[in-house]
Amino acid sequence: MDNRRLIMMANQIGAFFEAWPDRAEAVAGVAGHLKNFWAPSMRRQLAEHMAASGGGELKEIVRDAVRLLAREAAAAAAKRGDEKPSGR
Amino acid sequence: MRSASDTDFGTPARAGDAAVTVKIDGATVVVPAGTSVMRAAAIAGRRIPKLCATDSLEPFGSCRLCLVEIEGVRGYPASCTTPVRDAMVVRTESEALAKLRRGVMELYISDHPLDCLTCPANGNCELQEMAGAVGLREVRYGYQGANHLAAAKDESDLYFTFDPSRCIVCSRCVRACEEIQGTFALTIEGRGFGSAVSASNHEPFGSSECVSCGACVQSCPTAALTEKSVIAMGQAERSVVTTCGYCGVGCSFKAEMKGATVVRMVPNQDGHANHGHACVKGRFAWGYATHPDRVKRPMVRATIDDPWREVSWEEAIAHAARELKRIQARYGREAVGGITSSRCTNEETYLVQKLVRAAFGNNNVDTCARVCHSPTGYGLKHAFGTSATTQDFDSVRYADVIMIIGANPTEGHPVFGSALKRRIREGAQLIVIDPRQIEIVKLPHVAATHHLKLRPGTNVAIINAIAHVVMSEALADLEFVRARCEPREFENWRRFILEPRNSPEAVEPITGVPASDLRAAARLYASAPNGAIYYGLGVTEHSQGSTMVLGMANLAMLTGNIGRPGVGVNPLRGQNNVQGSCDMGSFPHELTGYRHISDAATRGAFERDWRVALDPEPGFRIPNMMDAALDGTFKGLYIQGEDPVQSEPDSGHVIAALKKMECVVLQDIFLNETAKYAHVVLPGASFLEKNGTFTNSERRVSRVRKVMEPIAGYEDWQITCLLSAALGYPMAYSHPAQIMDEIARLTPTFAGVSYEKLERLGSVQWPCNDAAPEGTPTMHVDRFARGLGKFTITEYIPSEERTSARFPLVLTTGRILTQYNVGSQTRRTPNESMHQEDLLEIHPHDAQNRGIREGASVEVRSRKGATRLRAHLSPRMQPGVVYTTFHHPESRTNLLTTEFSDWATNCPEYKVTAVEVMPVAKLEDFESVPHR
Repeated sequence: MDNRRLIMMANQIGAFFEAWPDRAEAVAGVAGHLKNFWAPSMRRQLAEHMAASGGGELKEIVRDAVRLLAREAAAAAAKRGDEKPSGR
Repeated sequence: MRSASDTDFGTPARAGDAAVTVKIDGATVVVPAGTSVMRAAAIAGRRIPKLCATDSLEPFGSCRLCLVEIEGVRGYPASCTTPVRDAMVVRTESEALAKLRRGVMELYISDHPLDCLTCPANGNCELQEMAGAVGLREVRYGYQGANHLAAAKDESDLYFTFDPSRCIVCSRCVRACEEIQGTFALTIEGRGFGSAVSASNHEPFGSSECVSCGACVQSCPTAALTEKSVIAMGQAERSVVTTCGYCGVGCSFKAEMKGATVVRMVPNQDGHANHGHACVKGRFAWGYATHPDRVKRPMVRATIDDPWREVSWEEAIAHAARELKRIQARYGREAVGGITSSRCTNEETYLVQKLVRAAFGNNNVDTCARVCHSPTGYGLKHAFGTSATTQDFDSVRYADVIMIIGANPTEGHPVFGSALKRRIREGAQLIVIDPRQIEIVKLPHVAATHHLKLRPGTNVAIINAIAHVVMSEALADLEFVRARCEPREFENWRRFILEPRNSPEAVEPITGVPASDLRAAARLYASAPNGAIYYGLGVTEHSQGSTMVLGMANLAMLTGNIGRPGVGVNPLRGQNNVQGSCDMGSFPHELTGYRHISDAATRGAFERDWRVALDPEPGFRIPNMMDAALDGTFKGLYIQGEDPVQSEPDSGHVIAALKKMECVVLQDIFLNETAKYAHVVLPGASFLEKNGTFTNSERRVSRVRKVMEPIAGYEDWQITCLLSAALGYPMAYSHPAQIMDEIARLTPTFAGVSYEKLERLGSVQWPCNDAAPEGTPTMHVDRFARGLGKFTITEYIPSEERTSARFPLVLTTGRILTQYNVGSQTRRTPNESMHQEDLLEIHPHDAQNRGIREGASVEVRSRKGATRLRAHLSPRMQPGVVYTTFHHPESRTNLLTTEFSDWATNCPEYKVTAVEVMPVAKLEDFESVPHR
């Protein structure tokens, strides 16, 4: 999928949640939205793009959300006793 | 003429609490205060002769046939206009009454053709029936005097004729046009013997203000107004109650049949959504079902460049399954998906999503509701806990202030539009928020108190400013907020909304709406005892669609306008089963009843019932599917009843994506634009050819009943079953009732829905379960579905799509009364001649600046593509904004629209496209093209 499209959509989501007064909740809001509504392959591609490029085109709140998702996935994997966070 | 199977009580029911006991011909009957003697008699089983009365209209008292005797009352009062009073004693038959009635009938018949045997109303004529009822045996006046028998017949309407020689001037048609439809197109002109029904200013019906809703035809007691189909075919022999296949009002109809042929569609007097009314589409435009263009045999081809090859059902299904399995084997499980249709039944959409999840083994299922009301689902679930309207349609009868935002109900939802107009005529005040002056802003006896003519794309700024006024001027219902809403979220929102940047004065430069007008509208809504919001795609089809839905929910909670009749947040759904297709788990992240696929308990229930493991992660939305196709990772698509090429935005992008797929299976009743890029066509069934249910805008589940056999052999749910079986996942149902039983078993909000209950009650509104066994007209009465209502900060974020020197105008799109969405149905009916092409509405100033005259050919160019249309200069537009419809594929309107979409749901931003419009020599010699 076109990275530019993913970035645009992610930044739109970020722009909505940026207005929330509690920063942690806003980041969790973006992360929750990506998790609830994006297919895993799209999340994965966004994360890979960010890892590869630094994600400069992404809003900071989106970058934080992507990192939060990665931490959550790692924690879930650890809880399952799984070495690798699984996509699908 | 109304349906012969209807009982006509003569005058409307009254809803008074007080009961009145009367004696009619010795029988005692108890009725609500205000009931007419005529109606009370009908309830007691006494049919008083009548001609000018019918229970869909207020009593008029003109025909003098319904006279009765009442003890203690002098003379012979008309039973239709006389209300009952306690202990009243009525006689409906006596020698004196019989003589009077015969005298009246003699006068009528002395000026009426005596050709009953060849009259189209023969067998269903009230005049004929009344002549029999009063025992008419002679006409003492003879037939030689002055009469109207030579009056010319008006055949100008497409669907009905007006034969004044058969008119008895009872005014039922005039009153129906006023009271039911609210168009006021008809009148009685002249006096005495010269009285005659006249359309507009003595114009033919076809060129008058008449909107061909047919209310006049239905109310006519003679053959004066008759459907052309009845004239051609004669009276029907039976009728079947079913639900309209057009808009989200979901009107109930009696399909009047002769054998397997529809003679006419008559709106059902007992229909809970429409109460006996209909529009030009539902009542008349059903001929597409038997149009020669119908696809009758399955077709396959190896590539989209090959010609179609007609094949057997077995071969087509086997080919489709083989290809889809091949694609999954080669490209992976995620490489295929499905699209459900809001035009198909609940049971059919349920089965498509079941096929995708269980047979494909992924969650790549989406619905055409993606492109219309997906923000409604997101916003209302987030705020209230349920992705649906808060009210029923009848709620509007109790509204004091009605706010219509981004909807055009008199054209898009005409039957509800009539209910709105009626309520406004009764005194409710109207606020319209729309870039255009839509019809309801100013009509006979209806005028908006405020029309906030905003710039497209600035809805959120408007709703925030309205809430700012309510909050800052202490107009909020804080008691409701304290009792019913999350306190922390409200406090966060309160701080946000009171910021000066949300004031009407601050947003005026953005919205173009004068601050004083906005303040007045806000005060009006907030101070109403009952304030109701109705909205449409002018809200949802924006980059901020979901934000706006949240904003409206905020406003309704802030003013306490939730949880009782007359209030609420009411989405008007575009297609007949938008609500149902969403309810049925058509979105990639949700199972039925809006439960997330990641919820283990919900998913587990489906896994046990379906005997298959389900993927716990959301799948692709339609735009994701198209993007992935262009990327080469998505290769196969099963489309039921949808035309993405014509209806999705940025058609060039969609076409490029479809061209990269290896197997597109299209199930539809016509070869639509998407068929050009399909590899398999499975001929579907129209709503007349299937059993099932539709769920309308008010969450009302109604039966769809088969009145004729499927032209191509199968109902759509059967086709999905065939495909699923060929994919290795058999689904064994012998009737859609079994599918509904499964839906009810797996969906708490549908737990009480069954075909047996629908037979008994006519329809039910979900939630329908043990807590509400007969359904739920009004939601969130004592508590929200999610517990406490949730305020959400709704920052106004402008669209990325901006006007520029190159593209200085904003194009917005919509639809008109006589056509329906992409037009595949209505273009194959006589309605086509009412709207033969999509026009570009442009303000006269913008037109003058560009040298564009009325009717001139223009080129409309956006950064995505260009097309040509004919211009219509219209002061309804505001300068800087142009408008068109998308009913004709050759207009290619969606070549112009962009890839921008709602932030939360990817609902496309159809309503904001920056364009330039320039005059051109002619429409021809031009092929609309996407810019690539």
